[in-house]
Amino acid sequence: MSFVRESYLIQTPPPLLRVGVPGWLRENLFSSAGNTLLTLTGLYLLWIIVPPFIEWALLDAVWQGSGRDACLVEDAGACWAFVAAKFGQFLYGRYTIEERWRADLVFLIGALTAGLLMSGRVPGRRYVFVFAVLIYPVLGYVLLTGGVFGLPAVETSLWGGLLLTFVVASVGMAVSFPLGILLALGRRSQMPVMRLLSILYIEAWRGVPLITVLFMASVMLPLFLPPGTNFDKLLRVLIGVALFSSAYMAEVVRGGLQAIARGQYEAASALGLGFWRLNLLIIMPQALRLVIPGIVNTFIGLFKDTTLVMIVGLFDFLGSVQVNFSDANWAAPQTAASGYVFAALVFWIICFSMSRYSMRIESRLNEGTRRT
Amino acid sequence: MLAANTVDNLRQLNVASGFGFLGHTAGFGISQTLIDYSEASSYGRAFLVALLNTLLVAGIGIFLAAILGFVVGIARLSSNWLVARLAAVYIEIFRNIPLLLQILFWYTAVLSNLPAPRNSFEIGSLLINNRGMYLPAPVAETGFGGVAVAAAVALLGVVFLRYWSNMRRTATGRGAPVFWPALGLLTGLPLMVFWLSGSPLHFEAPVLRGFNFTGGIRAIPELLALLFALSIYTAAFIAEIVRSGIQAVNWGQSEAAVALGLRRSEALRLVVLPQALRVIIPPLTSQFLNLTKNSSLAAALAYPELASVFAGTVLNQTGQAVEVLTITMAVYLSLSLLTSLAMNYYNSRIALVER
Amino acid sequence: MRKYILMTSIAALISFASSVSAATLDDVKKKGFVQCGVSQGLKGFSSPDDKGGWTGIDVDLCLAIASAIFGDPEKVKFTPLSAKERFTALQSGEIDVLSRNTTWALSRDTALGFDFRAVTYYDGQGFMVRKSSGVKSARDLDGATVCVLMGTSTSLTLADYFRSNNMKYEPITFEKDDEVVAAYESGRCDTYTTDSSGLYANRLTLKDPQEHIVLPEIISKEPLGAVVRHGDNQWGDVVSWSLYAMLNAEELGVNSTNAAGMRESENPEIRRLLGTEGKFGEGLGLSDDWAYNIIAKVGNYAEIFERNVGKGSPLAIPRGLNALWTQGGIQYAPPVR
Repeated sequence: MSFVRESYLIQTPPPLLRVGVPGWLRENLFSSAGNTLLTLTGLYLLWIIVPPFIEWALLDAVWQGSGRDACLVEDAGACWAFVAAKFGQFLYGRYTIEERWRADLVFLIGALTAGLLMSGRVPGRRYVFVFAVLIYPVLGYVLLTGGVFGLPAVETSLWGGLLLTFVVASVGMAVSFPLGILLALGRRSQMPVMRLLSILYIEAWRGVPLITVLFMASVMLPLFLPPGTNFDKLLRVLIGVALFSSAYMAEVVRGGLQAIARGQYEAASALGLGFWRLNLLIIMPQALRLVIPGIVNTFIGLFKDTTLVMIVGLFDFLGSVQVNFSDANWAAPQTAASGYVFAALVFWIICFSMSRYSMRIESRLNEGTRRT
Repeated sequence: MLAANTVDNLRQLNVASGFGFLGHTAGFGISQTLIDYSEASSYGRAFLVALLNTLLVAGIGIFLAAILGFVVGIARLSSNWLVARLAAVYIEIFRNIPLLLQILFWYTAVLSNLPAPRNSFEIGSLLINNRGMYLPAPVAETGFGGVAVAAAVALLGVVFLRYWSNMRRTATGRGAPVFWPALGLLTGLPLMVFWLSGSPLHFEAPVLRGFNFTGGIRAIPELLALLFALSIYTAAFIAEIVRSGIQAVNWGQSEAAVALGLRRSEALRLVVLPQALRVIIPPLTSQFLNLTKNSSLAAALAYPELASVFAGTVLNQTGQAVEVLTITMAVYLSLSLLTSLAMNYYNSRIALVER
Repeated sequence: MRKYILMTSIAALISFASSVSAATLDDVKKKGFVQCGVSQGLKGFSSPDDKGGWTGIDVDLCLAIASAIFGDPEKVKFTPLSAKERFTALQSGEIDVLSRNTTWALSRDTALGFDFRAVTYYDGQGFMVRKSSGVKSARDLDGATVCVLMGTSTSLTLADYFRSNNMKYEPITFEKDDEVVAAYESGRCDTYTTDSSGLYANRLTLKDPQEHIVLPEIISKEPLGAVVRHGDNQWGDVVSWSLYAMLNAEELGVNSTNAAGMRESENPEIRRLLGTEGKFGEGLGLSDDWAYNIIAKVGNYAEIFERNVGKGSPLAIPRGLNALWTQGGIQYAPPVR
């Protein structure tokens, strides 16, 4: 007799409860009594939130109408007709209607430039960068304000909506970035006065809420200025926002500077590079690369913070949405909720894509340093 | 130089300057006051009221945000797929929507749609209407002091029990159980005294009188909207901090703890969390600070805190923008600096001592 | 110290302050327009339309000032201001004149460094309630929650009224007019208080204006007028006489349609007003036809009142106190002579 098996056994599939959908369910949702309870709680939460929301936002929503009567029906859900009717205002505020193409143009060029810059290897990326830094701001300014080249002037008090949100955010970013780098360098400077001033500046701005800075910009700043200078309110707010966010930017950049090995400085100095060239050519490219996620996060924060300009009376995106609630023609129970949900969606899409972009960059940068 | 210049400008204009206004009569009312305040009180008093309101909303907000944030952060790491996903969705939704929008949403779209006082929702003894949330207020009668004393004694007992248990653990290697006896002591003793002294406490329910409910404990809708938004928003950030803090603890630590015979919950409580806290606490404090600073968004509501009463009403009333804004910013700045100081102290204490 | 550095660093980044110059009129002539501070939107007083144009009684005063100086009502720029910003905007010289339904009060006249030069509208504070609340008089408001604009004289008067009548109230304050109205409408408050003209104006923006009534009590004196910086008397004269010209014109029966013909009138008072006789503009630093320009291009007081807040407007507020002194009101202008 032999105990040697002469034929293979037919392979049996693993038990049904271990593979496929049931296996996955068991593994991830019902592995123990506690887990089952958690899953059921989660399902219950979903059940009380999702179906009513879908019902409100889609099924019962009012999509068309020219006034509040459309949204006053019994059990009406979201009043999207309101959003549709006020869409132009949400985008541009009270920007002169015939001139809105200018805002579109600025936005389009900006989106194209940003797209080219972000999409990685594009031939001539260097020129795009120069265009974005030097020409685009001037172009945008001229196009938006007008008053030259036969373009009718549009006062900044008319700017509003998403346009204004983008203006505040992008100016804030553009100014705070270089200013933040300078401050970060100042904070790590060897000169005590320089260092002290930078620390004072950074800590002072970071210690106070943005809203008080905006109050200061709108109420106190005029007192410092020569009288009669009609200092644009938008400009004042922009200054406030830029100074404020540069302090945050400085801290992010400082984090990157701290991560640079001492040898880099020493090697660069040994090569005979002076302060500016050392920082510009050796340190910053490495440091900034390290903190790109932090920078993007600061930008996201800044973008969300632009909503605060509403409190000092500028009509940014949120401000434009809010101000239209008082239109008696659209007064209905769901108007406010619809407006806010729409605004939240827009902000969410923008902020979420920015944070995804930063994560992608992060993993791409890590690829370079990872060894295989 | 410049400040002097500005002062000159103002003087030339015959504008009052200096901090003397703090002693003047304010003359306006405030909707929520934690200390005595009337129209006849001074601007300085109004400042105090506003400061306390800021601290109140910040304190409660921090408490709620911390609890919610820890729950969501731990849920994010749960082995339960659904729970982890829900937590992730929560985080991604709420941290990517501007806080001001969330505040206004709660205030305008949710709370102001509640019914008028006459038609309040009643949940048990909790009343909710568009004037706020009302709870019966406990009113202590004579003899309630005994209960308070009992509670204090119980607390002392717990401290002693813990100390004794630790001593025994060091001596014999086997500690005495602390949790259940402590719980028993803390609830049992005061309850017993309470019952023995004839229940010297009654609840005063809010009554509808004229336009509004009077009596009871009340949270005004502005406070509620601010609390909801602040804690939900900040919790999303705290959850991420908690998650990365826990993930920062080497997996080997919990494996080793389990190998030593600790249960999972014990491993989390005794080994992982203490190490995670070292990573979590610094960014957590800065979130708490952010919440405090963000409470200034009440300027968009009518919640009477610093930015709205002091940098708002008082500034308008006196016209002394420079002084009022300086004080306001100085308060927030001192709060920040105090927190950073405390943080640095904590960091130096908790830092790994390398041998 | 930290604060000081902070403040100076900001200011240093922009410019250095110089002293506020005394001759606003010269500045205005030099720059070619009047910078006028108005509200962010109060129907009948100063409200923007969708195209950025402004209308209202406060706006018309600015147009009148521009007409008096330049002969052209277009030469004016508007700065919309919140209640909070209005005073510093004027103090700092950002605007030349504040025409923003601002109540004339002693402390503002003195401590803020201002001069109130012309009362464009005599107002008084009132209350609005829902009809369904059953409230018939302000005395019934004990214990009420009151919506009010932040930091205005209104909120002080409110406090005084309830205190002196031994009543309790809970103030809910907002920074913007439409926020106050929205809160009242949503039921956050039992009553809404502001100047009664404002009550009428804002009632129009409610969902159902018929559901709300304005209570009969007027609890304060609110002379609303144009404000200039203290100490610049010449500029102050221009502002006050711009209003007086419109009042005198109404009294003399001159209006925008008949002004041209009236220049040749026999009435010496009219001839002096319209600059046919005498050199009255000179003293103001203006041309002699300054008043003619105001009346021809903006109108007399009756015209601006009726088209903005009176019968010609949805507000339909009766003249009341704002009638001329000859018709039972208290609007009274010194003569041109």
